Amino acid sequence: MEILNALIQGVLLGGLYALFAAGLSLIFGVMRLVNIAHGDLIVLSAYLALVVVQATGLHPFVAALAVVPLMALTGYVLQRVLLNPTLGRDLLSPLLVTFGLSIIIQNALLTHFTADSRRLAAGPIETASLGIGGGLSIGLLPLAMFLAAVAVIVALEFVFSRTSLGRAFRATSDDAEIAQLMGLDRRHVYAMAMALSAAIIAIAGVFLAVRTNFDPSTGPLRLIFGFEAVIIGGLGSLWGTLAGGVVLGVAQALGAQIDPGYQVLAGHIVFFLILVVRPRGLFPRMD
Amino acid sequence: MAEPLLSVRNLSARYGDFQALFGVSFDLPAGHVLALIGANGAGKSTLLKTIVGLLPCAPGMILHRGEGIGGMAPDRIARRGIALAPEGRRLFRSLSVEENLVIGGERGRAGPWSLDSLYRLFPILREKRHAPSTSLSGGQQQMVAIARALMSNPEILLLDEVSLGLAPVVIRDVYAALPAIVATGVSVVLVEQDVTRALGVAHSFICLQEGRISLAGAPGAFTRAQITAAYFGT
Repeated sequence: MEILNALIQGVLLGGLYALFAAGLSLIFGVMRLVNIAHGDLIVLSAYLALVVVQATGLHPFVAALAVVPLMALTGYVLQRVLLNPTLGRDLLSPLLVTFGLSIIIQNALLTHFTADSRRLAAGPIETASLGIGGGLSIGLLPLAMFLAAVAVIVALEFVFSRTSLGRAFRATSDDAEIAQLMGLDRRHVYAMAMALSAAIIAIAGVFLAVRTNFDPSTGPLRLIFGFEAVIIGGLGSLWGTLAGGVVLGVAQALGAQIDPGYQVLAGHIVFFLILVVRPRGLFPRMD
Repeated sequence: MAEPLLSVRNLSARYGDFQALFGVSFDLPAGHVLALIGANGAGKSTLLKTIVGLLPCAPGMILHRGEGIGGMAPDRIARRGIALAPEGRRLFRSLSVEENLVIGGERGRAGPWSLDSLYRLFPILREKRHAPSTSLSGGQQQMVAIARALMSNPEILLLDEVSLGLAPVVIRDVYAALPAIVATGVSVVLVEQDVTRALGVAHSFICLQEGRISLAGAPGAFTRAQITAAYFGT
């Protein structure tokens, strides 16, 4: 019974990891950019939500309505001003620039908010749960996170397969040079991809802030969880990313059953095992 | 005489460290078919890539309706009505046939070409419209590449090596569409290995040899020997 419970909690936790991963997977797919600052942007969104909540007294989930567009705008400007000029020559320059950005965000947060860990109070939903029989119950908050992850992936699939923007993303990913001949401004397409990624980052940041304590140094571990979920799922597949998040979440939950100290380690071990057995992930779509 | 639609003025262009074009000049009037012939490496593809903005050059080296467009961003040149069906077709492989066409037209101009009129021009594409573009035969992929370029209703259509790697019977099918395309008033620059075929459909031609124009004029104005000499540089 405890194992079953851990399994359920792990699957739901996987939703949060899929949220960490979806934005990472999106921009890698469109422009082959590995955003090292991804985790720090999640933590930045958490602080942004904190500021909005403190200033307005709104519920964190309502504050998200402000945080999401603010982060999307930040993502757009970040891509146009800082990241677009680094693209094209080799993979190393965007990697270094986002690594620098990661350090800058961490230190700016540290200066402004100190190293104290913070948390957003979400009220009764934090502890509410649904009994599903057999002595098992599902927490409403983890369930909300999982459903949000599914909704984000359904929305992304829709954007990619049915909209003009999605066609532009796929065409640019296939052949960026020829995509320009379709009248597509590459700088704008990339900035829109980063804006979308940052919107997902904002959703992940708000959930992170409600679920757990955060401080300016917690970004890199979120990046690693997101990265592991993407790689486990296989590059280029959005549903694979959700599956990767779930595998990681379940591995961590089962590891914690053995010993609480094994939680993070178990996730890493499963990640390595999958890399050994299936180096391209579970559902690879990209070469 | 009216201002030419496209003017190339003393164009020199590099391909990496290699200078591929030296002082190339020509005019393309409206509604004209210009054949661009020359051996491999003569600079034909470089010339087309420079016109669409994929390779840099000085603004005044390429004039579109009298305005310097050399080195302009490729997307801006495309929106002005200059479209390229590139060598090797280069379809978007994660897009279906129809999506390849739609994305070609989304930022284009109004005009005679639409999904419907292009499906009438290439009926096989209507049948295959939901298929992945990579599942098509070479000839069908070439039709998609030409149709994708036409979707933007360009006033200048650049066709790069449309018959490369295709069987003769398939080439005939692709070329059968050319009169209908020209009839809409679009100007065409045709790069082609098959000199006889190219000269058969063109109003005028340019022969490039090692990045320089070695011969230019109307196809009927020269003997076969003169053209061969300009082509191979004997």
